[in-house]
Amino acid sequence: TLMAAQMTNAHRRFLQVLMSNGITEGSEARKLHQHCCETDKVYYAHDKLDDFISTINSHLQPLFMQIRKGISEDDGRAHYAVVNLAETEVTKMASDYTEIELELFRKTMDLIILSENGFASSTDILNLADQLKTKKMKKKEAEQVLKVFVEDKWLSEKNGEYTLHTRCIIEMEQYILSNYQDVARKCNICHSLAIQSQVCESCGIGMHLPCVRKYFRGQTEPRCPKCNEFWSCDTP
Amino acid sequence: IPRQVSELVQFLLVKDQKKIPIKRADMLKNIIREYRDAYSEIVKRADRTLQEVFGLQLVEIDTKRHIYILINNLPRAEGEYLCRGKEKEKMGLLLVILSFIFMKGNSVKDSALWEFLHLLRVYPGKQHSVFGDVRKLVTEEFVRQKYLETTAIPLTDPPEFKYQWGPRAEKETSKKDVLNFVAKMQGKDPTFWASQYSEAQTN
Repeated sequence: TLMAAQMTNAHRRFLQVLMSNGITEGSEARKLHQHCCETDKVYYAHDKLDDFISTINSHLQPLFMQIRKGISEDDGRAHYAVVNLAETEVTKMASDYTEIELELFRKTMDLIILSENGFASSTDILNLADQLKTKKMKKKEAEQVLKVFVEDKWLSEKNGEYTLHTRCIIEMEQYILSNYQDVARKCNICHSLAIQSQVCESCGIGMHLPCVRKYFRGQTEPRCPKCNEFWSCDTP
Repeated sequence: IPRQVSELVQFLLVKDQKKIPIKRADMLKNIIREYRDAYSEIVKRADRTLQEVFGLQLVEIDTKRHIYILINNLPRAEGEYLCRGKEKEKMGLLLVILSFIFMKGNSVKDSALWEFLHLLRVYPGKQHSVFGDVRKLVTEEFVRQKYLETTAIPLTDPPEFKYQWGPRAEKETSKKDVLNFVAKMQGKDPTFWASQYSEAQTN
């Protein structure tokens, strides 16, 4: 349609829930879309979620905010988060954590992004706590803070190692790409930021695990899309 | 000026996420700064944006000290009652407390409130599996968020307190909604409680 789409209570309700969730998985978002349209008696079409979100985004744009879709690096599923485009640093977190906690987070993020596989071990992070500029943090305290970061979905933990949560990646992609320009890796397939990735041993390009899975599906001899050498990692 | 409006909207959303009441002084210091003359215009536009885009409204709950909160403008959906977040359980407890206070004539002594909560297996001294430190939740968190108001009862020793609805509860829900909730829970018609019913009609 040519008319500028209006915000209805269904859109507002959807936005409120998305904001309070922090991050919303794709199928949850679709259920929420239906719930909001039914509650506020607005026309509902199950395949119109993207249009619905675009309407909200057109009204969020003057506020430098956006509902952004990101793909989980673990299972390749779509997730939605409300992001602030005007942020030049981790200001979203700034209101929820203390100076020293933020410093620990930034240093943890450094470790994760600079690592080979996108993970930082809890030992390495706890050692960081000792060297913080603001104030030294005891190991027990740092463990507790890490737990909170996981609960709030900034980090996710697997086998004692930490990586960035999908929510963190969606919200901070721009920040990371601009502040870690030379180090941050982009997936060769989808061109989005890649924290966890498989890397070609010959030419160094990286790909998301779900992207690798899709790209090499059905191929018996996977080869690097750039340099054509055999792909050395186990395809997931 | 539009930049000030969008910054103020962000500021209010962040404060509201934690249900911290917002002081006018903070708005002036952090956002409006040198545009003091345009203060009321900026606030008005921010409020309009909040309503149009987010379904939230800026409401002054203390006209003397100029303190504001954001309330939810959207009609309440089935099963959503007061909650707009993942804190469904806390809001459930709050609704029960607000109901008790209303049904008892809008004011209850703290001893009566805790006696009532005992019936729900919620004890002030004991850690609750869902709510944690319940005494802190009720006497500090709910009060700070302006859902409940507590005042000392004069001439009591040891000091006793009474609980009433706070300004956020007044704005975010209604006596009618609360009475309907009680009626639903007890399987009766709201008119069963004649005096509460007539009070709810005029609210």
